[in-house]
Amino acid sequence: MVFIARGTDFWVGSVKMATTTDERILDVKELRTYFYTQEGEVKAVDGLSYHIDKGESVGLVGESACGKSVSALSILRLIPYPPGIIVGGEIFFQGQDLLKASESDMRHIRGNRIAMIFQEPTTSLNPVLTVKRQISEALELHRGMDKEASLQETIRLLKLVGIPDAEQRAQDYPFQFSGGMQQRIMIAMALSCDPALLIADEPTTSVDVTVQAQLLEILAELRDRLGTAILVITHNMGVVARYVDRVQVMYAGRLVETAPTDELYSNPKHPYTIGLLASVPRLDSERKKSLRIITGLPPNLARLPGGCAFHPRCEYAMDRCRVEAPTLEKISETHLRACFYDADKLKKY
Amino acid sequence: MSNATENLVEVQDLFMYFPVTAGIMQKRVADVKAVDGISFFIKKGETLGLVGESGCGKTTTGRCILQLYDSMKGNIIFDGTDLTKLKREQMRRMRRYMQLIFQDPFASLDPRMTAGEIIGEPLKVHGLAKGQEYRDQVAELFRMVELEPFMADRYPHEFSGGQRQRIGIARALAVRPSFIVCDEPVSALDVSIQAQIIILLERLRDELNLTYLFIAHDLSVVRNISDRVAVMYLGKIVEITSADELYANPLHPYTIALLSAVPIPDPAVDRTRERIILTGDVPSPINPPRGCNFNPRCAQAMDICREETPELKNVGGEHWAACHLVK
Repeated sequence: MVFIARGTDFWVGSVKMATTTDERILDVKELRTYFYTQEGEVKAVDGLSYHIDKGESVGLVGESACGKSVSALSILRLIPYPPGIIVGGEIFFQGQDLLKASESDMRHIRGNRIAMIFQEPTTSLNPVLTVKRQISEALELHRGMDKEASLQETIRLLKLVGIPDAEQRAQDYPFQFSGGMQQRIMIAMALSCDPALLIADEPTTSVDVTVQAQLLEILAELRDRLGTAILVITHNMGVVARYVDRVQVMYAGRLVETAPTDELYSNPKHPYTIGLLASVPRLDSERKKSLRIITGLPPNLARLPGGCAFHPRCEYAMDRCRVEAPTLEKISETHLRACFYDADKLKKY
Repeated sequence: MSNATENLVEVQDLFMYFPVTAGIMQKRVADVKAVDGISFFIKKGETLGLVGESGCGKTTTGRCILQLYDSMKGNIIFDGTDLTKLKREQMRRMRRYMQLIFQDPFASLDPRMTAGEIIGEPLKVHGLAKGQEYRDQVAELFRMVELEPFMADRYPHEFSGGQRQRIGIARALAVRPSFIVCDEPVSALDVSIQAQIIILLERLRDELNLTYLFIAHDLSVVRNISDRVAVMYLGKIVEITSADELYANPLHPYTIALLSAVPIPDPAVDRTRERIILTGDVPSPINPPRGCNFNPRCAQAMDICREETPELKNVGGEHWAACHLVK
């Protein structure tokens, strides 16, 4: 077994001990997904590489329209064509290249070995079917269960995600549940086939903070109990801090920084990561200390600036940043970043 | 609670029940007790944060202040005038001084009007400017919210979420109000853009001498902008005090739970905090629990909490809390 150096803090109380290449669940290499629209070529994902190991939870963080969701949909090959098309790269899932898999192979993988939870539970659930029907459908289809067995399994799953009175509530329709409960149902549904990888796309954006805490707690527990690898997509650095092993920061279709969670939060080395961290209002900072902001807007992916895509918003931008795009480089064994500026001279707020 | 002259807004014993009807005759069978007897004040130039989970009545409270419902009970004193006693036309003229910023920047802008028309409409409605003066004022409003006046001919769909929220703010500012209800103005935005909007609202408040009621479901969002914070649960205020005091010394178990639910973007710090995960959802406001509304979810509930509703008690200074544990 090969040990990969991580922050010592990380090992305290952590279950996962080693990371070997055969435990690699997902390996995305140089993924490029473009959309061809009236505005021209939109490079939603442009040379994205990352990996997720067995039982690992990884956060993918970035602002709206930076390509986070498109990269997740690319893994499941759910990019609508036209206008979207995966123009290059490789996606290895448990050793199989998903971009070369046949459509029928993909149907077996979607919802079965890779499950996805979406941002809006209200629009993701079918309003005219009971919760029981929606969950048991997947069980009958993918796991070949009969009616009785699938009903028992449905109730077990609903209990697992903390729905009270599961036997009774299984008969209800989605509108009879609150937003937080609907998101739990989505999680139960995603877990129904015991997936190797669970992708959660902004799972807590449309719910209250109290419910957000409940949902994140459930996801963390499931990871520990079932060993499911989890990819959490979010725009809020605060949300994932406590729950993921590694964080990847994305900007304009690429990764700009990635590191184990503790390392990234205590020692961010990309100006964009530092800006994202500073824009989260913190309860433990001085109250009147004003928020730091990243000025300007995320770039239009159809008209990306030359050089480093972040340079128009970056306070450290140099001449070189305007002409040349930085690539991900190691600053330690597990900490990578894409920036030309001297890592030791960056200010942390 | 305080002397009346310096208060811009005073809410006294506000009740707002929405009827639940059934049958062909639309018989009133129950009430949704959205706001169930609350009183508070907002001083001139002050920002009051109003925090609570979905369905706790915070939006209804904001709308009651603006007199957007007919059947509310209680008094709303705005700048010395009791709004509940005004006639329709008087109230219409009064609305100029009180405006609303909405949560959803996508739903709150008419997709068929240009940004310029949206921002200028209040000026026309209230007959405040026309001709060259109108155009100048609209341009000025664009600049005030850090947008470019040349964007006036664009339609809402051409703007990003943060820019649309700026349009909503400019529309509210057009009639030069003294009081603005900000109803979750940043909840629908990215965190990086949230910070931009909060800073903009703070700057406008200081420059234009505005008074805000700032509604949010997240205590970390209102912390920077508020002078005082009120926490609401199921139609009632459970705690109200200055922002410094609330974050340093929260007394109500619900406030403490809300604070502990806010994540801190630093795993080393976050892991050391005690996290109180509230079980379940907010109970139905149609049939609130007996005694203290919060008792079914409260880890410290005692027998008295299931019997008697706690009063909002002063615990010293401006700090008020409604809990049997608080002496």
